Amino acid sequence: MEKMTFWGYRRPDGRVGIRNKILILPASVCASDTTRIIASQVESAVTFNNQNGCSQVPSDQQFTMDVMAGYAANPNVYGTVVVSLGCENCQMDLVLDAIKERTNKPIRHFIIQENGGTISTVEKAVRAAKEMAQEASLLQKEEFDFSELIIGTECGGSDPTSGLAANVLIGEMSDRMVELGGTSILSETTEFIGAEHILARRGKTKEISDRIYQIVHDYEHAIKLVGHDIREGNPSPGNKEGGLTTLEEKSLGCIHKGGHSEVTAVYDYAKQVEPKQGLVIMDTPGNDPSSVAAMVAGGCQIVVFSTGRGTPTGNPLAPVIKITGNKVTFANMSDNIDIDASPYIYGTKTMTELGDELMKEIKEVADGKLTKAEALGYTEMAIARVCNYM
Amino acid sequence: MAVTVNAAIIDEKDTVVVAIEKINAGDEIIWRDRNGDVQKITAATDVPMYHKVAIKEMLKGTEVVKYGEHIGLAACDIHVGEHVHVHNVQNHRENL
Repeated sequence: MEKMTFWGYRRPDGRVGIRNKILILPASVCASDTTRIIASQVESAVTFNNQNGCSQVPSDQQFTMDVMAGYAANPNVYGTVVVSLGCENCQMDLVLDAIKERTNKPIRHFIIQENGGTISTVEKAVRAAKEMAQEASLLQKEEFDFSELIIGTECGGSDPTSGLAANVLIGEMSDRMVELGGTSILSETTEFIGAEHILARRGKTKEISDRIYQIVHDYEHAIKLVGHDIREGNPSPGNKEGGLTTLEEKSLGCIHKGGHSEVTAVYDYAKQVEPKQGLVIMDTPGNDPSSVAAMVAGGCQIVVFSTGRGTPTGNPLAPVIKITGNKVTFANMSDNIDIDASPYIYGTKTMTELGDELMKEIKEVADGKLTKAEALGYTEMAIARVCNYM
Repeated sequence: MAVTVNAAIIDEKDTVVVAIEKINAGDEIIWRDRNGDVQKITAATDVPMYHKVAIKEMLKGTEVVKYGEHIGLAACDIHVGEHVHVHNVQNHRENL
């Protein structure tokens, strides 16, 4: 396969970014409005509404910590300004240590209770973020090989066209990324259910195959602990109206996103993914914003997202490229969807042609083209959790 | 010769095809098999766009196959040309 390259930003930790953002990171829900105010004052600064970070059971707090540390380490981020309230469970020193375990990029921090409240904290943090934004602007892009790219894959608002075309196209892209020496992440453990045996067959080692069965089992078990069956809500009413009958059917359509490559690793939620690994799995929910957040925390620079019903999902750090196989949805939601895969269903384009189109789109987006979700300023995200607050 | 298809099949083992347009009872259902050959049956029921329709007889309790894999069991006898969905398919967790 012909080598592909893109223009990106080299980070001091060795990773390569395609955006150059300043992350204003709220350590908990109690810092989220403050980071919103700070980010609104500084060019290229981004933040998100962190609904967690306090009163969580240890396993949930770990999810939150990993997303926070992973966001700071995501190569699309130049540097991070962490803001905490002061008394939350995700204490500033814990957050800073977690970030430093993953990256050596610039970092500043401010604790609201120690800085005289909102206005004083905002003033200091805006100044720090402003300085960082100016430093970031001095960085020049360099040309890098596609093998530096980690692509997250996701499907949301699925319908049968997702399995007929959009996910088949993502699978084609995934196989090409593997061939180019890069990395593709297959996510959404809930949607492996019923098809996990097919996926497990593709594990590079027996340990990886066992791990695929294990993450599915553990996920179902976690939901059973609170008295529910994961199948109750899945497929959703929208999925059924669109023609999907069973979870198995939905799952088989979902795992098409992983193409035909062998699975070389299975990562826990939001853990840091090594580059140049081929096809890997991350254990995430089928819920889109929390699954995308986990892959972005893993270090993916771009997310490729299929939808049947149509969704506007974006992300604060990573461009999200939206694909549909449903020609009606593409016409209906052309403001939100980047690529129409429906010609594959109608036999007017081959998968090779569509694959070429998608790879070209990935290159352009890596080089700086805004996706539709980016152009519209979509940054919604969520962090997975399994338990009520303590 | 150009043939306009109104259904698609994913795997040759499949017992269903997916309607890619709204199909009415009595319509011809036309798709290309994996070799590119045109296949036709007659719709026994209405089939909404992107829903499944049986292309093989499925007795009650036998597997409904899509993507070449089992997606559930026939909850009653399903005949060729009939809409296949939650009303005649039941979930079935395979022993792994």
